[in-house]
Amino acid sequence: MKTVEAPERVQAPPEIAPQPSVLRYRARRVSHKVLMYALLLGVCGFILLPVGWMFTAALKPDLEPIFTPTPEWFPSEFWAWENFRRVLTDVMPFLRYMINTTIIVVANIIGVLISCSLVGFAFARLRFRGSKVLFYILIVTMLIPWQALMVPQFLMFVKLGWYGTYLPLIVPSFTGTAFFIFLIRQYMRTIPKDLDDAARVDGLNAWQIFWRIILPLSTPVLTVCAVFTFLWNWNNLLGPLIYLDSDEKFTVAIGLANMVTLADTPWNLAMAANLVSILPCVIVYFFIQKKLIGGIASVGLKG
Amino acid sequence: MVDIALEGVTKVFADGTEAVHTLDLDIPDGKLMVLVGPSGCGKTTVLRMVAGLEDLTDGTISIGGRVVNEVPPGDRDVAMVFQNYALYPHMTVYQNMALSLRIRKLKKEEMNRRVQEAARILHLEDLLQKRPRELSGGQRQRVAMGRAIVREPQAFLMDEPLSNLDAKLRVQTRAEILRIQKDLNVTTIYVTHDQTEAMTLGDLVAVMKRGVLQQVASPQQLFAHPANLFVGGFIGSPAMNIVEATLSGTGAGTFVEFGGHRLQVPDEVIVERPGLAAFRGRTVILGIRPDSMEDAALVPSPGPDSRLPVAVDLQESMGSDVYLHFSVDAPPVYTEDTRELAADVDEKVLEELQEQASERRTAFIARTSPETRARVGERCEIHVDTRKLYFFDPETGGSIYDGVETAPTGAAATVTA
Repeated sequence: MKTVEAPERVQAPPEIAPQPSVLRYRARRVSHKVLMYALLLGVCGFILLPVGWMFTAALKPDLEPIFTPTPEWFPSEFWAWENFRRVLTDVMPFLRYMINTTIIVVANIIGVLISCSLVGFAFARLRFRGSKVLFYILIVTMLIPWQALMVPQFLMFVKLGWYGTYLPLIVPSFTGTAFFIFLIRQYMRTIPKDLDDAARVDGLNAWQIFWRIILPLSTPVLTVCAVFTFLWNWNNLLGPLIYLDSDEKFTVAIGLANMVTLADTPWNLAMAANLVSILPCVIVYFFIQKKLIGGIASVGLKG
Repeated sequence: MVDIALEGVTKVFADGTEAVHTLDLDIPDGKLMVLVGPSGCGKTTVLRMVAGLEDLTDGTISIGGRVVNEVPPGDRDVAMVFQNYALYPHMTVYQNMALSLRIRKLKKEEMNRRVQEAARILHLEDLLQKRPRELSGGQRQRVAMGRAIVREPQAFLMDEPLSNLDAKLRVQTRAEILRIQKDLNVTTIYVTHDQTEAMTLGDLVAVMKRGVLQQVASPQQLFAHPANLFVGGFIGSPAMNIVEATLSGTGAGTFVEFGGHRLQVPDEVIVERPGLAAFRGRTVILGIRPDSMEDAALVPSPGPDSRLPVAVDLQESMGSDVYLHFSVDAPPVYTEDTRELAADVDEKVLEELQEQASERRTAFIARTSPETRARVGERCEIHVDTRKLYFFDPETGGSIYDGVETAPTGAAATVTA
C-alpha cells in the first residue's frame, strides 16, 4: 500500500559525515559568538564599574575613607544601609526633593504632550494659510540658545509674581517646545493621508480625527517626547536654581549640587543620594526601553 | 437609496491642471455606475468630489435631489471604500466598522446589530477582535466593505477596491461586491482602470479620458457601439485592432482596403452606418475586434473578400481559445487616442506603437478557436466577420454612424503619423 510506504521515504537519509568545510564554518560561527559575548560582557562591566564604586562608597560609615589608594569597585566590608534612610529623610530631605522633582516632571510631560501634539497635528495634517511660514518661524526659534532667554524670562516671571513657585518651570511646557513639535509633526506626516479621508467620510471632524486616529497612532513619538522631557527636567539644575528659593521646594538636582558644594562633603551620603536619584531614570528606562527604541528608530532620531 | 447627479462638474487643481472638465453624469437609483479610464483621467477626482473630499471648481453635485457642494463628507450619507482600504491600524475590525456609528451616537445594541450583520454578510465573524495588520489582503478588503455597509448609506463610493488583490481573489471579490450591491440595492459609483472590471460590474459604464467624459452606456452598448476610437480601443480584451484604411466604393459594393488586404463591407453595415457614404474614397480608421476574426480554415463558408492572408508571428494558447498575432503592412493609427491607449497598457507598448508607426505596419491579434492549425512562422488565412467592423473618423476620432458627429466635444483626435 502506497500510504504505508510513504512515511518511510520521508525518513532522514543515512547519516553522512559533514564535510570538513561545513565543520570549519560551524566552528567559526561558534567562536565568533563566544567572542562577541565576551566583548559585550567586558564593556558592560567596564561601564558598570563606577556604579559599583558609588555603591561601595554609599555603604561606608561616616568616618571611613572613601577615596582609597586602590579603588574599591564593589562593596565588601561595610554595609551601612541606614545611609539611604539618612539621605532620604533624616540628614538630607531627598524624599522631599524627589517628590518636588516628580511634580515638575509630570506637569511638564503633560504640558508637552498636550501642546506639542496639538501644534504638531496642525502643522502635519491641517491645511491653513501661512502654515509653512509659521513652521519655519518655529524652526528658527530652535536656534535661539536658552541662555539668551534666561534673563528676560526671569524678569518676566518675577514681574508676574511667579518667583519662588514651580510655575516658571511648568507653564512654558504648555506653550509648546519647538523641538518636540518638529519631531511630532515629522512623525504625523508619515501617517497615510487616506486615514484622514476615511475618517472624514466616517463623519469625524478635525478634533475627532486628532483624538481618535492620529494621536493613538503617534504613541511612539509621544513616548520619545515624554521620556526626553522626563530626563531633561529630572536633570535640570539651572532652571530650578534660578526660580526656587526655599529648601522645601528644591529639586534633586539642586540637592545633589548643594551636597557637593558643602565645605566638608559627606561623600558616602552624596553617593547614596546619587544612587537614589538615578533610580527613577533606570526604572523608566527599564519599563519602556522597547517602546523607546522603537520610537527613536521610527522618529529617525539617535539617542 | 437615491440617485446621484453631477452637473457641469469641473475641477481645476491649485497647480492649474484641469482634472475634470464640465462633467454631466446621472447615476440612477440603485444602479452601479463604473467610472473607467486610464490613470490620470480624473475618475478618482470625481469620486472624491462626490464624497466631499475635494471641493468643486464649478458645477453641482446632488445626492437624492439635495445639492451637497457645501455639505461636509460626514453629512453626505455616503460610504467610501478606499484603494488601500485605509483601515485604522490601531483599532480592531469591530472598532473599525463601528467608528462611524459611534460618532453618530447610535445606541449600543443597534451598533452591535449592524456590525454583526455586516460581519455575517462578509464572513468576518471570527475576525472582529483582530487588528488590520493581522489580516490578509482579502480580509482587509472585506473589512473596508464592512465599514461601508454598517453605515447603511445612501450611496457607496468605491475607489479601485480590488487593485491590491491578486488576480484570483480579485475575480472572487468582484462577484462578492456585485452580490452585495444587488442585495442592498444601494446606488454605487465604482472607479477602476480595469475595463474587465468595468464590463463585469457596471449597470452603466462611464468612460473618461483626460478629465472628459467619452461615453456613458451599458457594457454591451459600449462594446457594440463605441462613441469614438478611444472607447472602442479601451473596451474589450484583447483590445480592438485599429488600422488606417481606405474606403472605396465601386458598383460591386463597398470595400475597405489596408496593407494590400481588401474586405467587403456588407450592405447591412452600409445601411446601419449611413455616415460611411461621405467617406467613400477617403481614409477611415478601421477597427476589427479580435473576437470577430477566426482561422478561415475553420469557417464553413467564408464569403468573398473577407479573408486576410497573413503570417503568424506569435501564438498564445489560452485554453478555451488561441490568440494569433500577425502584422499587417498598413500604418497604425498614431493619434493622441491610440498613444494614450498604448501608454495605459505599458510604456513598452507605447514604444512598440511608435516603432510600428515608423515601419508602417500594424500588429493585429485574432482570437481563434483552439482547433486552429495555424503555426508560428507559417502563413494562414484569417476570416473576418465583416458585419462587425468599426469605422472611425480620422479627423475627430468619432465613430461613423449616421453622419452626425457622435463624439462629445473636446474628444478631437487628428492623425499625426
